[in-house]
Amino acid sequence: MFRFILTRFSLIIPTFIGVTLLTFALIRLVPGDPVELMAGERGISPERHAELRAAMGLDKPLMVQYGTYIADVVRGDLGQSVVTRTPVLDEFLTLFPATIELSVCAILFAMIIGLPLGIIAAVKRGSVFDHSLMGISLTGYSMPIFWWALLLILLFSVNLGWTPVSGRISVMYWVEPVTGFLLIDSLLSDEAGAFSSALSHLILPAIVLGTVPLAVIARMTRSSMLEVLGEDYIRTARAKGLAPFRVIAQHALRNALIPVVTVIGLQVGVLFAGAILTETIFAWPGIGKWLIESVSRRDYPVLQGGVLLVAAVIMLVNLLVDLTYGILNPRIRHGGH
Amino acid sequence: MTVESQIDAAAPAGTPRPPSPLGEFWHYFAQNKGAVAGLVVIVIVSLAAILADLISPYSPIEQFRDAILQPPFWEEGGSLAFPLGTDDVGRDIFSRIIHGARLSLLIGVIVVTLSLAIGVILGLIAGFARGVTDVAIMRLCDIMLALPSLLLAIVIVAILGPSLTNAMIAISLVVLPHYTRLTRAAVITELSKDYVVASKVSGAGVMRLMFITVLPNCTAPLIVQATLGFSTAILDAAALGFLGLGAQPPTPEWGSMLASAREFVSRAWWVVTFPGLAILITVLAFNLLGDGLRDALDPKLKR
Amino acid sequence: MHQALRGAALGLTLAAGFVSPLAAKTLVYCSEGSPEGFNPAFFTAGTTFDATSRQVFDKLVQFERGTTKIVPGLAESWTVSEEGLEYTFKLRKGVKFHTSKSFKPTRDFNAQDVIFTFERQWKTENPYHTVSGGAYEYFNSMDMPKLLKSIEAVDDYTVKFTLNEPEAPFLANLGMDFASIQSAEYADAMAKAGTQTKVDQEPVGTGPFQFVGYQKDAVIRYRANEAYWAGKAPIDTLVFSITPDASVRYAKLKAGECHVMAYPNPADLAAMRTDPAVNLMSQEGLNVGYLAFNTEKAPFTDTKVRQALSMAVNKDAIIEAVYQGAGKKAKNPIPPTIWSYNDKIEDTKYDPEAARKMLADAGFPNGFETDLWAMPVQRPYNPNARRMAEMVQADWAKVGVKAKIVSYEWGEYLRRTKDGEHQTMLMGWTGDNGDPDNFLYVLLGCEAVGSANRARFCYQPFNDLLVKAKRTPDVAQRTKFYEDAQAVFKEQAPWITVAHSVVYEPIRKEVQNYKIDPFGGHIFYGVDLK
Repeated sequence: MFRFILTRFSLIIPTFIGVTLLTFALIRLVPGDPVELMAGERGISPERHAELRAAMGLDKPLMVQYGTYIADVVRGDLGQSVVTRTPVLDEFLTLFPATIELSVCAILFAMIIGLPLGIIAAVKRGSVFDHSLMGISLTGYSMPIFWWALLLILLFSVNLGWTPVSGRISVMYWVEPVTGFLLIDSLLSDEAGAFSSALSHLILPAIVLGTVPLAVIARMTRSSMLEVLGEDYIRTARAKGLAPFRVIAQHALRNALIPVVTVIGLQVGVLFAGAILTETIFAWPGIGKWLIESVSRRDYPVLQGGVLLVAAVIMLVNLLVDLTYGILNPRIRHGGH
Repeated sequence: MTVESQIDAAAPAGTPRPPSPLGEFWHYFAQNKGAVAGLVVIVIVSLAAILADLISPYSPIEQFRDAILQPPFWEEGGSLAFPLGTDDVGRDIFSRIIHGARLSLLIGVIVVTLSLAIGVILGLIAGFARGVTDVAIMRLCDIMLALPSLLLAIVIVAILGPSLTNAMIAISLVVLPHYTRLTRAAVITELSKDYVVASKVSGAGVMRLMFITVLPNCTAPLIVQATLGFSTAILDAAALGFLGLGAQPPTPEWGSMLASAREFVSRAWWVVTFPGLAILITVLAFNLLGDGLRDALDPKLKR
Repeated sequence: MHQALRGAALGLTLAAGFVSPLAAKTLVYCSEGSPEGFNPAFFTAGTTFDATSRQVFDKLVQFERGTTKIVPGLAESWTVSEEGLEYTFKLRKGVKFHTSKSFKPTRDFNAQDVIFTFERQWKTENPYHTVSGGAYEYFNSMDMPKLLKSIEAVDDYTVKFTLNEPEAPFLANLGMDFASIQSAEYADAMAKAGTQTKVDQEPVGTGPFQFVGYQKDAVIRYRANEAYWAGKAPIDTLVFSITPDASVRYAKLKAGECHVMAYPNPADLAAMRTDPAVNLMSQEGLNVGYLAFNTEKAPFTDTKVRQALSMAVNKDAIIEAVYQGAGKKAKNPIPPTIWSYNDKIEDTKYDPEAARKMLADAGFPNGFETDLWAMPVQRPYNPNARRMAEMVQADWAKVGVKAKIVSYEWGEYLRRTKDGEHQTMLMGWTGDNGDPDNFLYVLLGCEAVGSANRARFCYQPFNDLLVKAKRTPDVAQRTKFYEDAQAVFKEQAPWITVAHSVVYEPIRKEVQNYKIDPFGGHIFYGVDLK
C-alpha cells in the first residue's frame, strides 16, 4: 500500500517541476517592459529603471533566476503581487475559500440531481424519459456556461427579482471571516439574515457551475449502471426473485458508483475552468476572477503563482482520487502499471 | 424507389452480400437519429458560413445609428429589416450571427487541423521511439493536462496578447496532448500485432510503418476525437472571446458578441440570447455527431 | 460575557421591533475595483486613494472639497520664508487618531507623526522604510527626495520643511495622497509587537472615517469617526461595494443597493439622464488628451507645420466619435478646473483650406509622409486611441499628409516614445496635485525631455516663464506667468490639445451635498442621505 502511494506521488513530481518551468517562462515571455509599465505616462530615468530591474531580479542570468525561483517556491514564497504588494500565497489563501465554497455547492448540486437521474434512466433504459434525459444532458454538456449564467440572471434576477445579480452577500451585512466559508461564517455571526443573504447569492452561481458536471455525472451514472445491470450476479439476484428496488439499491448501485466517484473527482479541472467564467460573471471574489483580473492588470507574479497553486491543487486532488480508487479497487493497486 | 427494388430483385434471396465498410458504417450511423440531426445542423451551419456574404442582409460591422437596440421582428418595435434585432451600436444581429458561424467553423477547422497534425506526429514518434523520447513527450503532455484547458489557454494568450489568431494557437496547444496520447496508445497496440511484425520482417522502413501500416488503423478514435475537438474549440474560443482574450470587437465572433452584450442584460434580451444560442446549437451538433461516430466506428459498442 | 451582551442587544432589537439595524445612516458606494492596499504612500491609483487617503487620512493641507484650492488640514496655518525655501506649519491641536482592534492611541496627533510620515518615505535608514516592500513611487516621482533638505519639529505643534531650491508647487504636493499623515505611535506599537505590516493593512488615520474591515475583492467597511476634528460625518457607516462591471453598478444603483457609483458606462448615460431616481452629475476631469509632435524631428521642427496640422484636425468629430459626448474640446494644455486656466485663448479653428496653404508656405505643397503612434490601451483621457488615430489620419490625408498608424504594446510604447522614436503620437495626462506646474513643467519643461516630455519641446521663453512661476510663492504672480505660458504654448503648438474627458457621477436622488472631486476622487465626508 505504502509503495503504491509512493509510486503515485513520485509520478507527479516531474509534472510539478514541468509546471514550474512553465510558470517561470511565463513572466519572461510576456511582451513589454514591466518596469516601464509601472512608471506609466510619467516616464522613468535610466538609473531608476536599472535599479527596479535589479530589484525584480531581472538582471541575472536565466539559470540563476530559475534557481532562485525554485528555491523560493520550495520555501512557500510565490512572489508578490505588483499591484497590491502582498504575497501571492496570502492572496490565494484569502480567496480560495470562496472558490471552494462555490465549487463544493456546485458539485453537490450536480450529484444530488445527476445521480438519481442517471440511475432512473438506466433502469428505464430506452424509455422516453431515458431519451430525453440523455438529450438534455448532452445539451448541458455543450452549454457555454457564460451564456447560461446570463440567461439565468436575465430570468431570475432581472425579470423575477428572486436572486441578487452578483457578489457573495449583501453589503449591508458585515460578517467577520472565521472559516472563510460565508455560509458557515454567517451562521456564526450575530447578523440576522446574513445566512439567507449568503445562500441567495450562492444559488445561481452554483447552478451555473454545476451544469456541466451534472451532465457528465448523469451520463456516467447511466452507462455505469447499465454495465452493472448486465452483469451475471444481478441477473442471478433478479432470478432469485429479489425485489427490483433491492437489486438496484443493494447490489447494482454500490458497484456502479465506483467509476462515478472517479469521474466526480476528475471534475476538479472542469470546475476550475468553469469557476473562471462563473466568478467573472457573478463578481464572486474567488481564485478564478483573481486570475483573470491579474491578466488584465498585467499582474504577472499573481498569474505565475496562481497558476502554480491551481496546478498543485488539481494534481493533489487527482492523486487523492487515484489513491481512493486504488483502495476501493485492489486490482489496480497490485496490477502495477 | 425503383432502383432499390431492382437491386433487391437482383440479389438472390437468402444470400445477402456482405456490406461494404462504408455502407456498414452508414447503416449504424443512420440508426442514431441524434447523430443525423447533428450532421444536418452542421451542414446548415457550414452552408451559412460559406454563403455568409450572400445570405446576410448587411455587413456584420455596418452600424445603423438610427436603429440602436431594436428588438427582433416579432416584438413590438421590431421590423423585418432586422429580423433578430440590432445591438448597441445598431449592427444587425442576424448578419453578425451568420458571419460568426464562418468564424466559429474556421476556428474549429484550424484548431483541429493544427492540433491533430502535431498531436498525431508526436504520438507516432512517442509510440515508435519509446524510451527517453517517449517519456519526454508523455511528460510534456502530463504537464499540459495538469492545468484546466481554459486556464492554460488564458496563460498562453496572456503571453501572446489577446487576438483571435492567438486564441486559436492557444486552444490548439491545449488540446494537442489528447491526440498525442490517443495516437501513442493506438500505435503501441498495433505494433504488437502480427501484421506489423510481418511488414517489419519484410523490411518496411519506419516512415512506411508509421504512416501506411499503422496510422490508418488508428483513424477511428482520431476521427471521433477530432469531431469532439470541433466543439471544444468553438466553446473555448467563445469563452476566451467572452473574457476579452479572444477575437476583438468589432469582429462578429459569438463569444465576444456576448461579452459586449453583457451590459444590456437588463434592457435588451435579444443581444444576449442569440449569440449564445448559436454557440449552443453548433456545439451540440458536433457533440451529437461525435457520439454517433463513436458508436458507429467503435466495434465494441456495436450491438 | 461578550456573547451575552450580543444576545441582549439582539433581543432588544427584536423586542423593539421598529428599530431597524439600518436606522443608522449607511451610504453604499459602488466602486470600480479593489484598492491595491491600504497605505496610500505605496500606490498611484485613484481607486486606492478613494479607499484610503480620501476617507481615513488627513494631510497637512487639503483641497477644498470640489476644487483645487488649497486650504488648511492638519496644519492650521503656515508661513513661507522670503526666498521660498522654508515652509513652517502650525499644527492643529487636539486631533485624535482612530482606535482600532490592535491599537489604542495614548496621545494626540503631533509633530512626530508628520516627521514619521515623510521620513519613512524619504530616509533609507528609517526602520519602516523597507516595510511592506517599501517602494514610494509617488514620493519619488514628485521629486521629493531632490526637493527636501530637512524636516524638523520646532516644537510639538510646529514643523519646518526646508527645501533645496524654491518650488512653489511644493505646498500642493503636501495635499496629495502620498502625504497622508500616519501615526508614529501606531508604527512604534506594531514594531514592538513585531507586526509592522499591519500599519499598511489596517490603516489608522485622523480622517472622517475609520477603517472597519476589508473582504478582498468584495467589500470595504468604514464607520464615521465620532471625534473628527472638523465634526462627525453626517452618515454613520460607509460601505464600498466593489463592483467591477459598470452595467452591474448601474443595476445596483437603480435597485437602491448603492447610492453613488463610479465610472458609468457611456452607453448608459442617456438612460441615467432620464432616470427619476438618479441624479447625473458631470465635470471636466483633471486631464488632457493630446497629440504630440516630436519637435526635434523635421518637419515638425517648423512651427508652421505644427500649426497647419493642428488646423487640419476636426476635433468636434473626434469628441463625438471617440469620447461619445463624454469629452470637452481642449484649447489649453491644462483643464479648466485648474487655477490660471487662460480662458482668453482662442482655439485653433478647423480649417483644412488654410492648413493646406500654410503647409505650402512651409515648403510642403504636396504634403509629406509621417507616422502617427496610437496607444494600445484605454486611458481616462482617451477612451479609444486607435479610433482617434484613424480620424486624425483621415483629416491629415485631406491636406496631403499621409500618416502611418503605429502601435506597440503599452510598456513598449511608453519606452519608445520616451526615447523619441516617433514623429507624432497620441498621449495624455491626468493631474496629480491640481497645480499648473504639474501639467506644464512636467510635460513640456526642458528638464522633462527624455521622460514625460514626449514632444521633446524645449523652448526657452516658455521654459523661463515656467521656472519663474516655480520660484514665486505668490499665487497671483504665478497665475500671470502661467497664463502667459499658455499663450506661448498656443503659438508654438507642440501638441494638438484634443480633449478633456468629462467625468460623470450618477448618484441617487436621496444623496445630498455630494460634490465631484476635480482630482477624480470620491469623497464622502460632508455627504448626507435624505
